[in-house]
Amino acid sequence: MTTVLIAKDSGAKSVGADAVAAAFDAAGADVIRTGSRGLYWLEPMAEIDGVVYGPLSPEDVAGVLDGEGAKCIGPLADIPEFAKQTRIVFKRVGAIDPTDVAAYRAHGGEGGLHAAQTMGPEWVLKAVAGSGLRGRGGAGFPTGIKWRTVAEEPTQQKYIVCNADEGDSGTFADRMLMEGDPFLLLEGMMIAGYAVGASKGFIYLRSEYPDAAETLATAIANAPFLDRDFADGFRFTVELRMGAGAYICGEETALLESLEGKRGQARAKPPLPAHAGAFGQPTVVNNVLTLAAVPDILAKGYGIFHSYGRKQSRGTMPFQLAGNIKHGGLVEVPFGLTLRQLIEDFGGGTRSGRPVRAVQVGGPLGAYFPESLLDTRMEYEAFARAGGMLGHGGVVVFDDTVDLAAQARFAFAFCAHESCGKCTPCRIGAQRGVEVVDKITAGENVDANFTVLDDLLEVMRDGSLCALGGLTPTPVESALKWFKQDFDKGASE
Amino acid sequence: MTESAELSGIIHAIARDCLGLDGPLMEALVRINQRFGYVPEVAQAILAEVLNVSQADVAGVTGFYSDFRSAPPGRTIVQLCRAEACQAAGVAGVVTEVEAALGCAFGETRSDGAVTLEDAYCFGNCALAPAAMVDGRLIGRVEAKTITALVKP
Repeated sequence: MTTVLIAKDSGAKSVGADAVAAAFDAAGADVIRTGSRGLYWLEPMAEIDGVVYGPLSPEDVAGVLDGEGAKCIGPLADIPEFAKQTRIVFKRVGAIDPTDVAAYRAHGGEGGLHAAQTMGPEWVLKAVAGSGLRGRGGAGFPTGIKWRTVAEEPTQQKYIVCNADEGDSGTFADRMLMEGDPFLLLEGMMIAGYAVGASKGFIYLRSEYPDAAETLATAIANAPFLDRDFADGFRFTVELRMGAGAYICGEETALLESLEGKRGQARAKPPLPAHAGAFGQPTVVNNVLTLAAVPDILAKGYGIFHSYGRKQSRGTMPFQLAGNIKHGGLVEVPFGLTLRQLIEDFGGGTRSGRPVRAVQVGGPLGAYFPESLLDTRMEYEAFARAGGMLGHGGVVVFDDTVDLAAQARFAFAFCAHESCGKCTPCRIGAQRGVEVVDKITAGENVDANFTVLDDLLEVMRDGSLCALGGLTPTPVESALKWFKQDFDKGASE
Repeated sequence: MTESAELSGIIHAIARDCLGLDGPLMEALVRINQRFGYVPEVAQAILAEVLNVSQADVAGVTGFYSDFRSAPPGRTIVQLCRAEACQAAGVAGVVTEVEAALGCAFGETRSDGAVTLEDAYCFGNCALAPAAMVDGRLIGRVEAKTITALVKP
């Protein structure tokens, strides 16, 4: 019988993967539902003996099984957008049934746990530090230092909190990982718990990801390593908690408030969550991809992970190509290639076929880059020098129909909508920002209002409590710097 | 049993189920909102009593999160992503067409209760933008006609 791999990833399903899977099933094929390979322009996609077919509709199924070549893309290993990737974190995603324990083990699962068990917590801390792994959520803080800080806390009760509130537009790697290889995340969380002495983990997941919630719940119930004796009396449990549509809860202190059952308002730091986090206890808060990177670091040796990437950006990063892009999807590659390579070599340019005019990297709080900055390397420091941030690795491409004054207005409007309201620069400043941009584009006292806008950006950047208010100026300033003419339209008319 | 007594009973049961959790209020509200599609006003007093917090605390948390609706939604719930990746893929045109076709604006429930239109900010389907969710079902590369066809009369 023919074995067919078809994703049950929510993105694949959003363009009809369920119907295609049903058609293969009805035709007598042995269908295995997997995560997505992340080649979304080929979804719904089927993989038979390593050969890829797509995008498919149910009517194509008979032809595929009869060996017709119409929808045949070729061997997965020969698809350039896939072949050029270095899949470490995402190596199993798309290859196995995500909640099949035997498949997880057969494809190298639990390797990190076994290494940790043999070598002990201190070795784990050294390996994570030595790997150069930095937080994948956006801030890029060295994971080894965070774990060491929590490990050195004398408290009995500590927590591992997985930040799965992936709210940045243009990002979906966390979702793909949770839907496609949830045991990997749980393994990473348990290793973190073992290393720092935390017996309890929480996954705080956004409500916009119902499929991930279902897959995680199944994985938590079936993970063969959770809630049983591991080493020296250590056992680890994980609880899944849902958010409720608040972008701010991706900020780690707001997330902790929400986890505790409160309004998701940012906390003043210090104390850092590593000292006083969830329920006042020392807490590691890590992004999904950070935790998911750890098992391989331990199983293969941290030197291998460190050998990928450049300078202070080590390892691979799952970038995400989104927006107006021909070949949108997940691209896991070592840090260091340029934004242009990502968009052109992997993404194939815009979907509309029009020229790229602006690219926003790093979510709603990331800068809009013009064409002239596309040769910036995908590295934390290189992006910071160019006035942007890598954030969670989301790349949103806009063609030449984009109006950057409108995007700047949206940055303020989004901040106003999502502000937790605790600090004034963010709560009031964002709304004032919308109003000032409106005045400028309407041609009202333009010079004076540009001055007001500059003041406002400074107050928000320097005076906000957390990254939402503090970084909302980034997209606005980049729009002003590189696309000033878009603001002048009203003034000149 | 009257309808309101039944509603209260269900909320009581959910609240009691959450009592053993760390920080139970959020989880209780999530479950109530999932069960009814909104958080009935009576939930505030019940949660306050069972979880031993003030009604002001419950109201504050309920009001903070956009998922927690204060009134029952329409028979079909349409959520359309309005964030950057979907903007780049032309969601603005979808918004205009859907509003015109359904005679209802985003942020509102149509007066006959047939449909609620809500803005959303990212379903993580940004490679297949624009994205919508209709009654919990994610749709990629969405067009207005796909959405309107799913609205039950």
